[in-house]
Amino acid sequence: MDKLPLHIVRRPELDRVFGLLRDNAYTLIGPTRRDGVIQYSEIRSLADLPIGYSDRQAPGSYELVKSETPRCFGFVHGADSWKRFLFPPKRRVFGASRQAGPKTPFDIDDLRSPPPAYAFVGVRACEIAAIGILDKVIGSELLDPFYRQARDKMFVLAVNCIEPGGTCFCVSMNTGPRVTRSFDLCLTELGEEFGVEVGSERGAALFKQLTSRPATAAEKELFRLLLERASERMGRHLETEGLPELLRKSIESPRWQTIASRCLACGNCTMVCPTCFCYNVVDSTDLKCRKAERWRYWDSCFTLEFSYLGATSVRYEISSRYRQWMTHKLAWWHDQFGTSGCVGCGRCITWCPVGIDITAEAAGFRETAPPRAVPLTPQQQAMPS
Amino acid sequence: MNIPGPLSQKPRLAVYKFSSCDGCQLQILELEDELLELAGEIEIAYFLEARRQALPGPYDIGLVEGSISTPAEERLIRQARKDCKVLVSIGACATAGGIQALRNWADIDAYKKRIYPRPEWIATLDVASPIAGYVYIDFELRGCPVNKRQLVEVLSALLAQRRPHLPTYSLCIECKRAGIPCVMVARKTPCLGPITQAGCGALCPKFNRGCYGCFGPAETPNIAALGRFFQEERNVSRPAMVRMLRSFNGYLEPFKTSSDDYEQCIQP
Repeated sequence: MDKLPLHIVRRPELDRVFGLLRDNAYTLIGPTRRDGVIQYSEIRSLADLPIGYSDRQAPGSYELVKSETPRCFGFVHGADSWKRFLFPPKRRVFGASRQAGPKTPFDIDDLRSPPPAYAFVGVRACEIAAIGILDKVIGSELLDPFYRQARDKMFVLAVNCIEPGGTCFCVSMNTGPRVTRSFDLCLTELGEEFGVEVGSERGAALFKQLTSRPATAAEKELFRLLLERASERMGRHLETEGLPELLRKSIESPRWQTIASRCLACGNCTMVCPTCFCYNVVDSTDLKCRKAERWRYWDSCFTLEFSYLGATSVRYEISSRYRQWMTHKLAWWHDQFGTSGCVGCGRCITWCPVGIDITAEAAGFRETAPPRAVPLTPQQQAMPS
Repeated sequence: MNIPGPLSQKPRLAVYKFSSCDGCQLQILELEDELLELAGEIEIAYFLEARRQALPGPYDIGLVEGSISTPAEERLIRQARKDCKVLVSIGACATAGGIQALRNWADIDAYKKRIYPRPEWIATLDVASPIAGYVYIDFELRGCPVNKRQLVEVLSALLAQRRPHLPTYSLCIECKRAGIPCVMVARKTPCLGPITQAGCGALCPKFNRGCYGCFGPAETPNIAALGRFFQEERNVSRPAMVRMLRSFNGYLEPFKTSSDDYEQCIQP
């Protein structure tokens, strides 16, 4: 543990970090307190952070409370994730306009408006894992140039979680609570001071300009203890051993109907999920038919239009939509992208209006799963896996 | 929506009003940025809220506001259907019966006697109904009132002869895209958003209030699940459930039958 490259900076140094990032033309986005929840929005200084607040999260319940310790990052996260900035909920893809009527030439504009250089403040380990998953899904320049550019430019000022939330289960998904990769600087709140780890050359260049000292052995021990304790205090647990196989076997389970008797198919879980990436592309024209625009919107597998094929939606029953979401997230994602689609952040549990808990539902299937998978149809067998 | 055949060179618009508050017609007049453009593209032939001059039909596009509540309205809507190539009902009154359809659960003769000195002079139908209860409607635009952007989308689509793109999914999707914190989760406020169709821009949640369901039921609303949650977790009573469902779109299925179910359980 003594080899841990941990440095200590005093809290006001964080304002210097923000200033230096701004000097380098970064747009700072961090946690703020708005409408009684933590929301990620533009910040300028330490004073913009929700200092002294912590969150109480449970299925279908979120509460921001004044805490006794005035920590800068004494909460987990709200409904927002960094997906909102890297992969915006509404984005104009391009527009076209023409001066005269039909069959006249038209101009296309704004094919590639570049994203700003974001500095994300307070990124948690689960969120870094989520960005890693989005990289695999939409990260290629061909798939989403906006995402790729925003992703390459972004500066990650991460924060280690020392107080997990009531719906957190990053330990189960092996994504946290400690930040171990893909960050520039990582902070850990050790009392009134911050432990700082450097994760990149960009981070090192910035760190050099701060006043710091090496951590003492006692501080390193405290760091270790805090993270160990955080790992032990996860609000939820998801048993991942054999989970894809379990869900595969449970495709025809009557439990899907049981879940559907509670599921509103409102789509909140997919909107707040930091890895749900589905989108719809919508074209519109103006009254004169001179201007057209193409917009991309976050979509959800819980809408009927999502699975509308030819004449009807192929997932009309809510049970089939919940099953699609959960099995994709926890099972098919492995086949498709080589990783689970879940990072254990717990947002879908907290922000489900009726508090459906994906960890409890997955555990339920363990009790009722048939011993063998439903046999594949000849068509399925013929498909490459 | 059936895409109509080619409209006239300069399509003619008629705007009809039946039993309603005129709020949806005002949404047309409030299209401040688009109104001149609209007037350039179409001939506003019949729109009594906007101009006294009423040109005779036939019309290419008819927008219909209000519910059918009187025998005279019934005659007029049948004529309107004959006069218009495309008929679009706009707003909760026209698509669901509106707030006045609450009388459908009451004794209309008792109302007449109580309110009017000469009730026999009042000619009214037994129920206030949505337009589609009387004539074929090409498209329905929900909302109390309708959303201006959606109105422009429908008119633009008609003029371009393409399908309008309007969501039928839950308000939650629109609400979360806009980054509004869920009022049910963060404030424990009962909200009809999960069973209500998107389109208003999540106006009420934006101001920390629960959705009132102005845009009517979403595509597959799980009313039973939301109702059970409200009753068990939020202390919403059965009569309160009936009132929540029976507002602007109470006479529209499946809000109508669900509200009846909640009501019948209180008075078995």
